[in-house]
Parts: sequence; C-alpha cells; structure tokens
Amino acid sequence: MTKDYLIERNGKKYEVVIGLEVHAQVLSESKLFSTSPTKFGSEPNTQVSLVDAAFPGMLPVINEFCIKQAIKTGIGLNAKINNKSIFDRKNYFYADLPQGYQISQYKDPIVGEGSVVLDLTSGSKTVGIERLHLEQDAGKSIHDIDPKNTLVDLNRSGVALMEIVSKPDLRSPEEVNVYIKKLRSIMRYLGTCDGNMQEGSLRADVNVSVRKQGDDKYGTRCEIKNVNSIKFMQMAIEHEANRQVDILEEGGKIDQETRLFDTKKNETRSMRSKEDAHDYRYFPDPDLLPLEFSNDYVENIKKEIPELPDQKKARFIEKFKLSSYEANILVSDLDTSKYFEAVIENSDVKISSNWITGELFALLNEKNLEITESPISAKNLSKLINLIKDGTISGKIAKTVFEMMAKGDKNPIDIVKEKGLKQQSDPAELEKLIEKVINENQDKVKEYKSGKEKLFGFFVGQAMKVSGGKANPQLVNEILKKKLK
Amino acid sequence: MSKIIDLSLSELVSNIKNKKISSNEATSAYVERSKKSKSLNAYNEETFDSALKKSTEFDLKPDFNKQLPGVPIAVKDLFCTKNVKTTASSKILNNFIPTYESTVTQNLWSSGSILLGKLNCDEFAMGSSNETSYFGNVISPIDKDLVPGGSSGGSASALAAKLTPATIGTDTGGSIRQPASFTGTVGLKPTYGSCSRYGIVAFASSLDQAGPMTKNVKDAALLLEVMSSFDNKDSTSVDFKRPMYSKDLSKNIKGKKIGIPKEYRVDGMSEEIEKLWDDGKNYLKDCGAEIVDVSLPHTKFALPTYYIVAPAEASSNLARYDGVKYGFRTEGDNLIDMYEKTRSAGFGDEVKRRIMIGTYVLSSGYYDAYYLKAQKVRRLIKNDFNNIFQKVDAILTPSTPSSAFKIGEKSNDPVSMYLNDIFTVPVNLAGLPGISIPAGLDKKGYPLGLQIIGKSFDEQNILNIAYSMEDKINFKFNLKEWWMND
Repeated sequence: MTKDYLIERNGKKYEVVIGLEVHAQVLSESKLFSTSPTKFGSEPNTQVSLVDAAFPGMLPVINEFCIKQAIKTGIGLNAKINNKSIFDRKNYFYADLPQGYQISQYKDPIVGEGSVVLDLTSGSKTVGIERLHLEQDAGKSIHDIDPKNTLVDLNRSGVALMEIVSKPDLRSPEEVNVYIKKLRSIMRYLGTCDGNMQEGSLRADVNVSVRKQGDDKYGTRCEIKNVNSIKFMQMAIEHEANRQVDILEEGGKIDQETRLFDTKKNETRSMRSKEDAHDYRYFPDPDLLPLEFSNDYVENIKKEIPELPDQKKARFIEKFKLSSYEANILVSDLDTSKYFEAVIENSDVKISSNWITGELFALLNEKNLEITESPISAKNLSKLINLIKDGTISGKIAKTVFEMMAKGDKNPIDIVKEKGLKQQSDPAELEKLIEKVINENQDKVKEYKSGKEKLFGFFVGQAMKVSGGKANPQLVNEILKKKLK
Repeated sequence: MSKIIDLSLSELVSNIKNKKISSNEATSAYVERSKKSKSLNAYNEETFDSALKKSTEFDLKPDFNKQLPGVPIAVKDLFCTKNVKTTASSKILNNFIPTYESTVTQNLWSSGSILLGKLNCDEFAMGSSNETSYFGNVISPIDKDLVPGGSSGGSASALAAKLTPATIGTDTGGSIRQPASFTGTVGLKPTYGSCSRYGIVAFASSLDQAGPMTKNVKDAALLLEVMSSFDNKDSTSVDFKRPMYSKDLSKNIKGKKIGIPKEYRVDGMSEEIEKLWDDGKNYLKDCGAEIVDVSLPHTKFALPTYYIVAPAEASSNLARYDGVKYGFRTEGDNLIDMYEKTRSAGFGDEVKRRIMIGTYVLSSGYYDAYYLKAQKVRRLIKNDFNNIFQKVDAILTPSTPSSAFKIGEKSNDPVSMYLNDIFTVPVNLAGLPGISIPAGLDKKGYPLGLQIIGKSFDEQNILNIAYSMEDKINFKFNLKEWWMND
C-alpha cells in the first residue's frame, strides 16, 4: 500500500475529494448538428455551416454517428444507456456562441451511471461515473491578434463533445492522472475520442473539496474550469486543496465558486461566486425531438465494441503469464498492445515484453515518438528477439543491433550478417580461442589455480574481447571452467 | 374574361396553362397594381423587376406541367429568400440578405412560381395587428385606419387588395387565420410538421407553421399541396403521405360529425359572432353534416399557456441576434455593452416585452411554476382535442372574437391585443390544422371568419368542409379600392 494523499497542517490531516467533468471531443467526420467537417487546425472559419453560425431559420439535425459514439463510450464505461434522452438549450451570451445557447443535455442524458477501474500502485480502485451527455462545443474567441477587437473562429462551433461526469471518488492528483489516462485509453480503444489534450480534444473541469481525515461529510467544493493537461490538473488540485486547508485552518469557510487555474503563477483564482452563477435557463430544445432508440439498436452497437483495456489485460495475464504490472503497461495504449501482439505472434512473450517496455520505450521517449511512428517495426523487433532467443546473438550484441535498427528499420538478420555479429557458439572454435587466451596468460593461470578464483572473470573478459564480443558467454564459461580445472 | 387580378389562383393557373394569359401578362398586372397600392405599406421589399424578367423567361420556355406555372407570388418577409433581403420586419435584420432559400419558398419556385416581393408583418411575427413592424404598420384594404390583423398582415392586405394572386404566411398563435378573418380571405394553418420550418425566421419553434393564404378554399388546397413536403433539414418535419389536396377536394361531407365546443362561447362575445357561428352550423347541416355539442374543458388555459410557451422559446430563438455575425450592430465599449446597445436599438417594444417574459418564465426558481406547468397544461389541451376527435371529425368555431379593429386601438393594451388570439391559439398548442374562411360581415360591414379545426394531418377533411361551406356562404365583399393612386 502506498501512503494516502493527505494534507497535514498543525497536526491535522485533511483528505482531498475530487470529481471531474471531462469534456471529450467526439471523433467524427462532421459536427453534432450540422454537416461541416471537424478537422483540427484548419484556416479560421472555413469549417462553418449556416447552422453553426446560427443564421436565421437554420435548424439543427442530429448526426447519428455522434450518438453511436456516445453509446459506445457509455458501454466502455460500463454505464446504463438511456433509450430516451433530451437535448436542452443552455442559454448564455458569448461572442463565440453563435446561437446564444449551447445545445446540451440537462435532466435526461444519453448515458447514466457507470464505472471505471483504476490500476494504482496500491491496487485497483473503482471510480463511479455519474453520467455522460452530448453537447455542442463553442467556437474560439481570440483576444491577442487585434489590439482593439476580439476575433472569433467558429471552426470548433458545434463539434460534438461528450461530458463525462465522475462521482467525487478521486482522492489525489495521482488518481486523477490515472483516471484521465484510463478514460483516454478506453475512448481510444473505442475510437470515440482521440484524447489529444494538446489539441483540446480532452479537457476537464475539476471539482475539489477537502475534509478532515475520517469525516464522512463532504466539504464545500470549488470548481476549477477548463484545465487542459494532466499536469495542470494535478498542479491545480494541489494548489486548490492547500488553499482550502489554509482557509479552514484559519477558521474560515470555503465559498462555493468557480475558479480559474493560472498556469503561469501556479494558482487558482476566483472567476465567479455561486451568487454570480449564470442562470442558464435550460429548457428542452423545441427544434429537436427527444432522442429515442431501441434496445436492439444498443445491442447492435455492442457487437462493434472491441476488446477493451481491462479485458485485454486479463487476457494478457491469463494467456501470456505476464505480471499485472507488465500487462498494464502494455494495454494502456491500444497501439502499444497492437505492437506487442504483433511482435509476439512469432516471438517469445517474456523477452518481447522486456524489450518493448525497456529498450523500445526508451528509444521512443528519447525521440519523442508515438509507437505508431516507431523507427523499428514490430516485424523486425520480432526477428531481433528470435535471434536472442535462439542464441544467434547475445543480449549485449542485440543492443548494438537494436541501435543500428533504430537508424532505418533494417532487418536485424541482415545487420548481424553484414557486420558479422553472429555469436560464436561452435565449441571447437571457442576451445581454440580459449586455449590461446590461457597460453598467453600463464602467470594469471597460476594465480588462479593457487586460489585467486576472482580471476575467472578476467579470463571470460579476455575471451570475449578476443572474439570481438561475439563468443557465446555461456559456452565460454563452461569451456573455461573445464580448461582451468 | 374578367381582369387578371380578379382571378383566383386556380383560375390564373388554368388560364396560363391554356395559354390564354402569359406569365408576363399576369406578373405585369400584379406589379402594376402593387405599384399603385404603396399606401397600404404591404411590401417590405419589392422584386418587381426580377419578377418581370423571370416571367418573360418563363414565357420563352414555359413548363405547363408545373403546378404554379409562371405565377407571381409575394411572400411574408419571414421566409428567407436567396439574395433577397429578409428582415422579419425588424431593424436588427434590416440589412440581412440570406444566401439560402427556405424550403417552403423553394417548393414554390420549384413549382414554377415567381417571387413578387417580401410582405410586411409584425416584427418577428409577434403581434396581431401588424403594428409592431419596424417598417411601419400595414393598412387593410377593407377600410381606412383598419388593421389587417397580424402577424401576417402584409400578406392578408396584399391578398385582399389583389396585389398577389395568393400568398403564404406563418402561424404561431393565429398569424394566418386571424388576418385572413379580418380581410375576408382564406387562411390555413397546417398540422405542425407538414410544412418545413427550414429557412423561416423562428419565433416559437414548437408552434410555428407556414401555411397558404388565398382567395378561396380551392386555392388553399392547391398552395398547400405545393408548400407541404417532408424535409430532413427540419427534425420536426413529419414524413407522411401527402394527398393531392386540390385534386382530392370534394363537397361531399355528408354524415361528417362537426363538434361545437361550448368553451368557445366566451364572455362578452358579440351577438354578431354568435349569429355567424349559428349560421355556420346551419350551412353544415345543409351540407348533410351532423352537429355535435362538445367540450374542450382546458380552453380557458390556452391563452396564458401560449403566452408562456411562445415567449420562452422566442427569448432563446432571438438570442442569436446579437450584432456579432450579421444584421444590425451598435458599437459598444466592450462585448456586453455592444450586446445591450445592439439589442436595445435593434428590437421593438413588443419583441422586447416577449423576450423579457420568456426570460422570466425560464429563470431558475420560476421555471417549474411557469414553463413546466405550461407544458403540462399544453398536454391537457392536446388531450382535450384528442378526446373530442374520438367523437367528431372536425370542430367549428369563430376565427376571432371580433372583426378588425382600428389602427392604434389596441396597440397600448397588450393584453387586449393578446385576447384576439383566443380561438386560434389552442390549435397551435395542440399542433392541429385549422382553416379560417370568410363567413359574413359585421354591422360595420367588416369581414368575419369561421374556423374549422381538424385532426392531425387531416387537412383534406377540413378543406372539404370549408369547400362545402364556402358554396353555401357565398361570401361577397365589395372592395372599394380607396387606397389606389395613379
């Protein structure tokens, strides 16, 4: 068990209670209620239809694909799928909200309660999901291009978002880290959200409260709006929890409010209090009928659901006898798991797992690449592992070969051949080589035989050196032992 | 042969098809008359030149298989028309030119008809007298100083004054039927979901419905046939088998049961209206229909329900007019200041009143007491009609509690103005079809209308009933053309 995350102040310990509202952009060709494309990074205002810009008389028409994506995600979160849900209008004025309202789901979301299992170093933990609902994203207001005016880019306006609301079940910045990564992993497996936080495909509102360890009542919470990286979420939680503890320790009261996280100053600050909270005047959107579908519809979607991380992990442990830790690393990213399965198709599981999580991850990390961009293909890594397994090359030589492979995904068999790196495993050859070493070092042989057994390593080293590192170390050991008797 | 402008739409169509009248002759006749009728203030935007050009083009390459071959038609300025200014009679849209066409008007043009111009209406269709228009009130050709009704007042006035052979309006709480009743014309509000709302400036989305305004019932059937279509651009459009209303039109209503709802006998209703209603019953009996007394117990809640639901939706629908993207803008010191100045200057008093009512009834703490309750009552009102329609085929009521009133008479008394919609509003809340036909004149010689309400998507039935009654009523109004100048 790792230590609980607690904040200590004046001898008292405070527990931090965290709930997340994650906004995940639905992976879809077109927007939630219009046919405009959703591609990220296009020229401003080039992916905007009359519906997205809220021209007079324009009406929303639901994109069925986005509905399926939300249902899939709901299934991935082990959640209740609601056969009837309602789109509501959330009314507020802002320059990048062309309709003057956001179409969202309020009282009747498409997905109800569910759960997500987190694999923590202390064991697994289940986090409750309160709901998932669909809504439109807003456009972007750009304040720093023109000195006097705010510019508006509506490319993002109307893109489908899933808001995934967790229960207040998270207790530390680390749990938040694992939770976000798990959500992202599930959605990437499902193909419902690319989880790209840099492009804003995944962002979260973070609810934080604190209470004395052992209290069963929640403290007053503050909501930190729109945090767009895991690191910032963790920093914001840490700062906010400490701020709240300080207030309580000084005998103060926490005000329920919405706060913003300033990433430059590493602090949260008040955006608006509960009294100033917007009255969004939610009401069912009369332009859209209630969204209804049958159980069969959901059942058919279930058939399209791929193996998800939890199931895959269980399979890896069961079938490949991997440890829970190894399995976790390999399944957390769909592409990693695919790469792994491709490698082990023709290779030893254990060596493959070690090489992927060791050498390959280090290489990708160093070059800042995704596994899909790996300079070494699964096919060639598999060949390398087979060369190790059948004793053609030693582990040490393998690392050299790996480095060469990284420069251009060459076939390791060719590299070994070209560079003559094949391990010397012919006992007759090795015997000759070892005899030479012994003959040239008679003084050391004497010392060894007189009891200085530590010198055995010296002879191994010499033999390897003479072979140019290619001698099979195991055989060298065996032969040396015989000869030095 | 009678003058072109005296022909009904159906007569004009057959004359063009028989090559007795060219599209250009018809269009010229209406353009000429419209030009002499500017004092009515019926038009917001005239497209006479392009209409004449299109009529000539039509005559060069006529397609007589179309339902409205080369027929000029002016439409309410609530329908977005491609490259033609569309304002909803509001200052906030007074420079707005759509790049797109509403589905209903597209259906008209696809049937061969030609746009004559955009007709005045109440601002954002909010009003019952066409006095809330930013472009000034419309005058009824029935008499000087008389309102044409609203919100489709420009449409009613233009039709009654023979500036267009037929027209289209929109009806959220009576905006087609009330002005039709005031001007001695026929107005039909179809079942919600019959005509697409795509491209119509929205007032109250769950109530808005476009419909025909015509000289007679047969024309209404023909125009509805053209307007109504299933449209996947409108999620509330209904995909049902649309009859050929004009071809299937019949005067055989023998054995039809017509309900007379007692709750429509409101306090202070004039004897004239009572008599009109009685006459209506007798005409129906003469046609072989059976009169049945029925009850719609929640009728008295319809008006308050409507004045919660409609403003609530409007307050949200009109949020898009914020000066950011299109339309009128007043610059401000910051975003909020720009919003406030733009919307203060861009909207008229009635629109602001309804935005405020709507915002209020949707506010947290008031939502349950107003909006939610209104939705529940709306359900009860619908149920009332559903129950009645187990027993009867249609319902007969007066269209309005009185004939047209004077300009300015009610403009400072919104509640008395709202009361004008008392007979028409329940139909919108229930989403049913209703038609107003001219049925008589009051003591002042002003037209009065009767309304026939039908089951959902049973337009054919109410058209048949109206068609039969039209014959018996034989409505005549001696139009004096006092407004014309040469």
